[in-house]
Amino acid sequence: MSGAPATPQVVHDVTIRLAGDSGDGMQLTGDRFTALAALAGNDLATLPDFPAEIRAPAGTLPGVSAFQVRIADREVTTPGDDATVMVAMNPAALRSELSRVAKGGTIILNSDGFDERSQAKAGYETDPRTSGELDAYEVVEVPMTRLTKEAVAGTGVSGRHAGRSKNFFALGILSWMYSRDPESVGGWIDGKFSKDDAVRQANRKALAAGHAFGETAELGANQVVVPAATRAPGTYRSVDGNTALAWGLIAAGVCAELPLFLGSYPITPASAILHELARHPDAGVRTFQAEDEIAAITAAIGASFGGHLAITTTSGPGLSLKAEALGLAISLELPLVVVNIQRGGPATGLPTKTEASDLLQAMYGRHGESPVPVIAASRPGECFDAAIEAARVALKYRTPVILLSDGYLANSAEPWRIPDAADLPDISVAKTTEPNHVRPDGTADFWPYERDPETLARPWAVPGTPGLEHRIGGIEKADGTGNISYDADNHQRMTDLRAAKVAGIAKDIPPVEIGGDVDADTLIVGWGSTWGAIEHSMARLTNAGHQVAHVHLRHLNPFPPNLGEVLARYDHVVVPELNSGQLCRLLRAEFLVDAHSISKVAGQPFSAAELTARISEVLR
Amino acid sequence: MSDTTATLPEARVEIPTTTRADWQTDQEVRWCPGCGDYSILAAVQLAMPDMGVRREDTVVVSGIGCAARFPYYMDTYGVHSIHGRAPALATGLALARPDLSVWVVGGDGDLLSIGGNHLLHALRRNVNLTILLFNNRIYGLTKGQYSPTSEVGKSTKSTPFGSEDAPLHPLAVALGAGATFVARTHDMDRTGMQDIFKRAHAHQGAAFVEVLQNCNVFNDGAFADITARSEREEMIIPLTHGQPVRFGADGHAGVQVDLDGARVVEVADAGEEALYVHDERRESPTAALALALMAPEPHEPTPMGVFRDVSRPVHHGTSVDGPGTRDDLAAMLGSGATWTVE
Repeated sequence: MSGAPATPQVVHDVTIRLAGDSGDGMQLTGDRFTALAALAGNDLATLPDFPAEIRAPAGTLPGVSAFQVRIADREVTTPGDDATVMVAMNPAALRSELSRVAKGGTIILNSDGFDERSQAKAGYETDPRTSGELDAYEVVEVPMTRLTKEAVAGTGVSGRHAGRSKNFFALGILSWMYSRDPESVGGWIDGKFSKDDAVRQANRKALAAGHAFGETAELGANQVVVPAATRAPGTYRSVDGNTALAWGLIAAGVCAELPLFLGSYPITPASAILHELARHPDAGVRTFQAEDEIAAITAAIGASFGGHLAITTTSGPGLSLKAEALGLAISLELPLVVVNIQRGGPATGLPTKTEASDLLQAMYGRHGESPVPVIAASRPGECFDAAIEAARVALKYRTPVILLSDGYLANSAEPWRIPDAADLPDISVAKTTEPNHVRPDGTADFWPYERDPETLARPWAVPGTPGLEHRIGGIEKADGTGNISYDADNHQRMTDLRAAKVAGIAKDIPPVEIGGDVDADTLIVGWGSTWGAIEHSMARLTNAGHQVAHVHLRHLNPFPPNLGEVLARYDHVVVPELNSGQLCRLLRAEFLVDAHSISKVAGQPFSAAELTARISEVLR
Repeated sequence: MSDTTATLPEARVEIPTTTRADWQTDQEVRWCPGCGDYSILAAVQLAMPDMGVRREDTVVVSGIGCAARFPYYMDTYGVHSIHGRAPALATGLALARPDLSVWVVGGDGDLLSIGGNHLLHALRRNVNLTILLFNNRIYGLTKGQYSPTSEVGKSTKSTPFGSEDAPLHPLAVALGAGATFVARTHDMDRTGMQDIFKRAHAHQGAAFVEVLQNCNVFNDGAFADITARSEREEMIIPLTHGQPVRFGADGHAGVQVDLDGARVVEVADAGEEALYVHDERRESPTAALALALMAPEPHEPTPMGVFRDVSRPVHHGTSVDGPGTRDDLAAMLGSGATWTVE
């Protein structure tokens, strides 16, 4: 067979999965394919799915690294369920990921990776290509390693290194299959590998060879085009959650007119925020890689005392370590944003897999009565806005705020309309520069715990301000003066004041908006990264004739002011979560509502099909 | 690493004259009567007027313990934080605000046990901090358990049959971490303390001072064999830069340093030319370490003074001019691959 159809077939929505060894560069290939689709105007969502080990033994099942991307000409909210096309670089990738491919889907195999030894490593006793187990799929075998080696001959890259560019060969095939000009990837290669010209050339040649292979080999019938999605006017870019969150923090510093200080300790999947912030000293960002999680948060508290917008970023185990210092920040009543990119737990758990099981830790994971506002991001681009909101609340109310994201949001990318920097809100707060009290002898005095009657926030007077020298600490403070106080009534009063301050934030956040069928009997209440899967399921449920409404919470403490009233309107309240029912528990406790939990703790997000089925069960 | 020492505005260059009283707060000092901390506090407050720093530019940071109550008694800015974390909190503050004079005050349990990690890293980074460690070789605030500097065999409430643990030597720990200023003084020497504190404060980078301090309730006489007025002449070895190390009546004793460490010798036997000539600025910390490891038990002649004072780039962290602007932000958000929908 030869000769491509004159015009590729138009498809509206495809899901592509790339799988290989963790050393095969599948994440990079996926990122570049995503960039191609984004530049072509597709809507998209991605799901990187990689092991915790940097390089598990080559060719084994634990070493498989996968990347899924869904591209469409309409709005997509999830990275898709089953893939329509999968690229598998070796038998382990095939075996590990086959269940993620839709029956009838296309599997592109690197046939050079299917020697007997590799098959045995993956646990295949017979060759899967001939055993019949792939009969339900269209299998395309491509000798990618050999063709890559041939393509890169003459670049100076030789021997076992010559086959390394095979991920770009695979990307070349995909770019042809989806009718994308790979030249922008070529430009990216030039920049990325500018320091090693041989590798740069090899990658470019492999990319071109893959594209040419698609055109000349028997892939003709597979060429499709996904038209651009319709979007609101604006300038767009592709962004993942961690990058958007880092930019949101930078934006918060700009909007607060404060330098940003990040104290952080490396931890998966939060480190990318540290990396991104470290690149931007020119935007007023100072990063400090601390000796441990505790030092990271206490250094941030020190910077906050010094008048900076202070941030610490971590994942679940780090949040546990920061708990005591977080209590100190609550007691000192200093602004601080604590970012927790949740992952599977407890203990080390599943560092590279997603989970949303730190909600109750965020709410209650400290000793003493220690209320803290909790905010959660729900999609990659929205991490930007959630970060600004977390900083706004922290600064205005002089309180630490926990901002929750998760491993899925962190690594998942989507097109994002770049906001106009001039339109972002002013979140600056005035620092105190004058004494606020008079001593009996008539001299001026400063009381660090004299509160604003409206917000109950205390003054923020920073070192360097003459006349306002004061001492604060973790021992209970006398209301007003801030001096050490062991008085029983004072402790009750200060406990009540700290609680009232946080509860009062409810007046300052928007009421929840109800999506879907407002008049339905059933309300789905979600938070965090389940937004996409819930929205996707809502569409399917509506098509199946169900009426459901959806509320998605950004503010988890305090809850939006109208939430209780909204919950009371519905006969059934269903709460899907990537934990064992933590929000469900909070809603039941707070509002005495018979909420029903849909729980998943498997290190993976809900797929739309799975969530639709589970909600349908409840509706039945 | 870059030097971002802030230049002070013109009007603030001149430091107003202060007295000890200006550095005292109205808070009742609540250490046990007779505690060595009183004299250390007095020495700091007496020395502050000579340090060329304003009260509002001074911040005292502490963790938890008896010593950690220190900030409440200094009329400066202050943070009484959580157990062990003062060096970390102070690091964040010093990096964010290089214009400030930041002090860390803590005890041996606070800075060498629960906070040992933070102390090591503040020292090895050479953050611009003045760190005072009050070493009384006991946990006082929790009422008398053995500490990381307690002697082997020490009988305390938590070691009724005697402690088995080998103690840490605070100065050796500091030298091992690469500290650029290392000194020792004691709570019975008000003048000596002031001199050392002034030098520590003037040092650029992390300055570490061990203050031998008596806990008259839980470890009374901790250093009495050295610091009692009647003992000092024969038990304190004063360190003077550029001078042979000699002590005792008429300088009869001295210190020799070689590959086996430092040891006390009779000058008459060893000869004056065999004595170690103290050099604070020696790049290698070997001799300072040998001196620091002298007197493992508090009943032996103990070196006192500045062990090491060398210059190394101060860790100021990322150089940042101030808040970013909306233009900076717009440029950052628009960088890289973008596309426009009309």
